[in-house]
Amino acid sequence: MIYESALRNKTYVKDLTANIARLRIERKVKVMEVCGTHTYAFFRFGLRSLLSPYVDFISGPGCPVCITGAEYLDTAVYLAGDKKNIIATFGDLMRVRGSKYSLEDMRALGKDVRMVYSPSDALALARKYPKRSVVFLSIGFETTVPLAALTVRQAKEERLKNFFVLCGNHLIPPAMHLLCEDENNVIEGFLCPGHVSAIIGIRPYRDIVKRFGKGCVVSGFEPVDIAFSLYILLQQVKHNKPALVNNYTRVVKDRGNIRAQKIVEEVFTVGDASWRGLGTIKKSGLFLRGQYKRFCATQLVRKKIISRADRSGCLCGEVIKGKCKPPQCRFFDKQCSPASPLGPCMVSQEGACRIYYEYRSRPRPQA
Amino acid sequence: MCLAYPMKVVSIAGPRAMAEACGIRREVGIELIKNIAVGDYVMVHAGFAIEKVDTRQAEKTLEVLKEYHEALQENKRQKSNDLRKRAPE
Repeated sequence: MIYESALRNKTYVKDLTANIARLRIERKVKVMEVCGTHTYAFFRFGLRSLLSPYVDFISGPGCPVCITGAEYLDTAVYLAGDKKNIIATFGDLMRVRGSKYSLEDMRALGKDVRMVYSPSDALALARKYPKRSVVFLSIGFETTVPLAALTVRQAKEERLKNFFVLCGNHLIPPAMHLLCEDENNVIEGFLCPGHVSAIIGIRPYRDIVKRFGKGCVVSGFEPVDIAFSLYILLQQVKHNKPALVNNYTRVVKDRGNIRAQKIVEEVFTVGDASWRGLGTIKKSGLFLRGQYKRFCATQLVRKKIISRADRSGCLCGEVIKGKCKPPQCRFFDKQCSPASPLGPCMVSQEGACRIYYEYRSRPRPQA
Repeated sequence: MCLAYPMKVVSIAGPRAMAEACGIRREVGIELIKNIAVGDYVMVHAGFAIEKVDTRQAEKTLEVLKEYHEALQENKRQKSNDLRKRAPE
């Protein structure tokens, strides 16, 4: 990996940790990492334990599977029921249950549900099976949205009549705003998602710094990136000077990827969207617009989908708001585990519960 | 879903390119990138390049890290000198 020896350099991480210690902040600073990939990186690289004397890590809602609601899944499950349809989905979504069934359950029942790595794989399925209707489950944040947009545009150029998209993309900054607007929030600063920012740039976080006085540092995902970004954030907290900083300049341009932004604007329009655990957030979802509306999968839905509220007691909603850490949930590592997940946070590889579970401390074997 | 991985572009054919990392090659969509050339590194997410890796910016970041390291080493040297000065003969 390019620059691997530098970006995974233990000496640099130790230096940055020493610098953080020298700030002599008299408490653990509460930092929210928005993105599930950051949560995962903290654990994987041992940063969580290394920095736990200085930072209280609060996981945020940056896990697209975790915030996909029951109605979306119920619609996908319903569409899977029709023999004519092939459901093309990212792998993580398959095991999340809607009101009753998951897509994996549907597959077990003999329905055609297929895992795809890329939206272009879903398009390839549509070309390969012209008599079937391929429904691509478009979830994901701003990193993934331009890819879906490109794929839909490609479908239009090829005049495909059997490719459909079930819109389920969400936008990160509105969710960050919602969390800040909660007067009981304890977040002192944000570690902002590096690849979302590669697309949208850093401007969308400006408001959060201005209105709420919380620093926003855009960070990469290598251990040195993260330690460096936290050092910057903690300096801001120490001197009470919240600021917007791009600390991933090798990938993120301050203005973002203009081409990607343009294709998204061409294909999608912003609307209100429902987030599991957070409720409806204004202008936080994307929906097909204009001449692209004909690719919308909702036209294939021939009955009203009624979703049931989740009564399992799953605390996913509290976890993604940062109000509860996974081990505080009474089901964690008991009834709820990756093998038998109660909620999406335990299903998804970016779900806080799943990540905490994988790195949970186990009693040491007796000598 | 912030998972993206840096890959090196080995060949280009219109809107698609072959990219390589860790001995693995895969086809990648490059419509989102301006001015892409063989030898460039790109961040690949779900089968598409979402940005080029800016090696100049990477070098700048590494410079800062080296400076921090130097500063800490210098600090350590100062401290041990101070201690030696204060130590009774």
